[in-house]
Amino acid sequence: MTTTSAPTEPPVQRPVRRIGDRVFSGGARIAGILILIVLAGVGAFLVVESLPAITASPEDVPGEGGLAAYIAPLIFGTLLSALIALLVATPLAVAIALFITFYAPRRIAQPLGYVVDLLAAIPSIVYGFWGIAWLAPQMVPFYEWLEENLGFIPLFAGPVSTTGRTMLTAGLVLAIMILPIISALAREVFGQTPALHREAALALGATRWEMIRMAVLPYGRSGVIGGAMLGLGRALGETMAIALVLSVSGGITFNLISSGNPSTIAANIALEFPESSGLDVNTLIASGLALFLITLLVNTLARWIVNRRADFSGAN
Amino acid sequence: MSQTTAAPPDAPAPTGIPRAGRLPRWAPYACFAAGAGAAVLLGLLTSLNPATFVIYTVVLGTIALYVASRRVEGSRRAIDRLVTCLVVSAFGIAMVPLISLVIEVLSQGLERLDGEFFSSSLVGVVGEGGGAYHALMGTLIVTGLTTLISVPIGLMTAIYLVEYGTGRLKRSITFMVDVMTGIPSIVAGLFAYALFASFLGPGIRLGIVGAVALSVLMIPVVVRSAEEVLKLVPNELREASYALGVPKWRTIVKVVIPTAIAGLGTGITLAIARVVGETAPLLVTVGITNATNFDPFDGRMATLPVYAYYQLTQPGVPPQFAIDRAWTAALLLIILVMGLNLVARLISRFFAPKTGR
Amino acid sequence: MAKRIDVSDLNIYYGNFRAVEGVTVSIEPRSVTALIGPSGCGKSTFLRSLNRMHEVLPGARVEGKVVMDGQDLYGADVDPVDVRRQIGMVFQRPNPFPTMSIYDNVAAGLRLNNKKMKKSELDDLVERSLRGANLWNEVKDRLDRPGSGLSGGQQQRLCIARAIAVEPDVLLMDEPCSALDPISTLAIEDLMTELKDKYTIVIVTHNMQQAARVSEQTGFFNLNGVGQPGRLIEFNPTEKIFSNPDERATEDYISGRFG
Repeated sequence: MTTTSAPTEPPVQRPVRRIGDRVFSGGARIAGILILIVLAGVGAFLVVESLPAITASPEDVPGEGGLAAYIAPLIFGTLLSALIALLVATPLAVAIALFITFYAPRRIAQPLGYVVDLLAAIPSIVYGFWGIAWLAPQMVPFYEWLEENLGFIPLFAGPVSTTGRTMLTAGLVLAIMILPIISALAREVFGQTPALHREAALALGATRWEMIRMAVLPYGRSGVIGGAMLGLGRALGETMAIALVLSVSGGITFNLISSGNPSTIAANIALEFPESSGLDVNTLIASGLALFLITLLVNTLARWIVNRRADFSGAN
Repeated sequence: MSQTTAAPPDAPAPTGIPRAGRLPRWAPYACFAAGAGAAVLLGLLTSLNPATFVIYTVVLGTIALYVASRRVEGSRRAIDRLVTCLVVSAFGIAMVPLISLVIEVLSQGLERLDGEFFSSSLVGVVGEGGGAYHALMGTLIVTGLTTLISVPIGLMTAIYLVEYGTGRLKRSITFMVDVMTGIPSIVAGLFAYALFASFLGPGIRLGIVGAVALSVLMIPVVVRSAEEVLKLVPNELREASYALGVPKWRTIVKVVIPTAIAGLGTGITLAIARVVGETAPLLVTVGITNATNFDPFDGRMATLPVYAYYQLTQPGVPPQFAIDRAWTAALLLIILVMGLNLVARLISRFFAPKTGR
Repeated sequence: MAKRIDVSDLNIYYGNFRAVEGVTVSIEPRSVTALIGPSGCGKSTFLRSLNRMHEVLPGARVEGKVVMDGQDLYGADVDPVDVRRQIGMVFQRPNPFPTMSIYDNVAAGLRLNNKKMKKSELDDLVERSLRGANLWNEVKDRLDRPGSGLSGGQQQRLCIARAIAVEPDVLLMDEPCSALDPISTLAIEDLMTELKDKYTIVIVTHNMQQAARVSEQTGFFNLNGVGQPGRLIEFNPTEKIFSNPDERATEDYISGRFG
């Protein structure tokens, strides 16, 4: 169906519309437009409130090194923690999706999927509690082992944090939080693999894994990538779990298991904002603006990948 | 596609139908039993605790099964079995956080889940006692306001997208809803703060600011789910209604929405569950207080997640009482979220359009 | 009640695509008029343009005139909603409202338009409509059950009852039997014969025997090729169409040489 309006179209045939219809459709349209306004507002107000920090002289910004020097380690910490989360969560999520779609007995597959989705329902602050109280102490012996045996790699140089509240722990907590996002999307695309392809592979005498490798993974690849990007977007913006779990001190470092870690943008806002006033608030909002732009970029890319896939698989 | 389809190099000599050897059905169990035995031995040498025992068992059992399968069945089947083990272990790994989290929160939170916790605030409480009545009320008020803001806007937007929208406006709204879904919760909080601070001056902390922040997070969820559900309403029903001379808006209100009501209820409940545990936006917009405040337009309010956060991070002296309260608040949050999820399922089960006789 | 419809020089468009071209026809009151023709020839589109249902699709518009007893249905100040109240419609697949009981389905046309009515009057109307649709005896004991619990043929008769409950002047039927088994089809055909005493009925059908059985007048639609607009090739009394049509194309279609 063509969407271009025809120039030849006679303008007289405007149908009569009732008051109720006009009010109702107008209301619906206004609600939709409101969403556009809100989103524009998010950008605009963040910019307005961060302007004082952007234009301030470097000495007035916290840390006295200027805005860029203040935000840089935060961006680094944000990216590093999200990257760890992504590296851990993606393979795990794909495996879980495969398990639920192809390995688990039919009857319990759906409840199992629901259980995985429960992971997404738990509030992030509870993850923070769990990370401090359970995960971090559990990780300490493992970190000691890493330092002893793999200490020559800068990532595991140590000295090991005695509380376990390190960048790696934070990344693991994030990984668990984004696991259900990625696996949900992966499950969806795996489930959509054309049965014809799967049966063709099996008919050729392939084992189950070969069938998955030949028919399922190539088909679901872009869906998994899109899901991973969405998970990345979530991990970048995750606040409370990091604010609780990560023990912050020091600037940029790749050392994942020591007690000196850079903070993330979101966690830093949560930790600093309640006690801040004046220009400090504007600085934090400026860092929030940076986070907004980063997540916007990542999410747009993710949507683009997911939607492109949807366009191509329409024929099925 | 790849050479895996070709016959494996170490397949047995083809005599009639080529048929590789097969491991008996009990082989996997035997392998893992052997793995468990080896794990015990290994544990005796070093130190044995349940976690390392499980890890050793799984790793050793997997290796044993792979080796056995490779000898008897050939490499293709061996890899298949290996992947099966890995996939099942992955699921097991994912269950560890869920289970340990539930156990941890229950064991630390149950202690203070008492009457006082639900009936008193923190006014004048030093050390023992006190509760989260004020925080619970705050959460209910802020979440209620959020729902009041989000549901009409979200529902009307979904109606616009499904029933009226065409062309560029529809496409841009759809895109913006997608973008909004990805806004980090803390940024939503900053936006609401910046919005109100621009008009009412800096340092503003109000319940309504928190509700606006949460609405930014909730609206896209409502739009998305409502859109999906409205699309499922068959066009034939709309046509049937139009053909009876019913105007479009009445058709939507009286035919489309009642048909979709179960899905809409489920979606809205899940959206509430999504925002009820949000902490970060409330931290920067609503703040915290020890007293009960029912007025979202006047002053700070306590909310359950923020309460939990401050009780854990700034417990005071002696710390243990506040930390206990924090865990109980966390437990309450989980109960709230799980309860809402359960309600959502029940709605979709019991309010679905009745078919059959 | 039944009214006559005069269509002159009607062109129907979807966007820039001309779906139907140059239809001129007079539909007699108190009779059944059948429209036959191959798939995609525009007969359903034409039918839906009679009560302005095609306007539900964005970009749809018409040129020409449709006049019902002197009232121009496409006049500048005519509300399509009012047109549909006078010209009811029954669809290909039975579509009772799943959230409503049998009773509410029949009363839907009034209820949805917020017409206030006494309970006893409404009861009467529902019974009258269900009797009119030959369904009363089958459902009178379970009026409060969901309409979707009925069989396909019963559901279709429920839809007819729903359509006649608003007391229209004309009843349009878009392949009303194509989703039904032969016995239900027979019941609907009998019903049509009864209903034509009170209503003007226009039916689109793929089933030529059905057209021959139930209709007084038959119109044959055809198109020259894919992407071409559909046209009304011939409009004549049914007997003539099936025994001695004026047009060669009609004869070819009816004798099964194509389509």
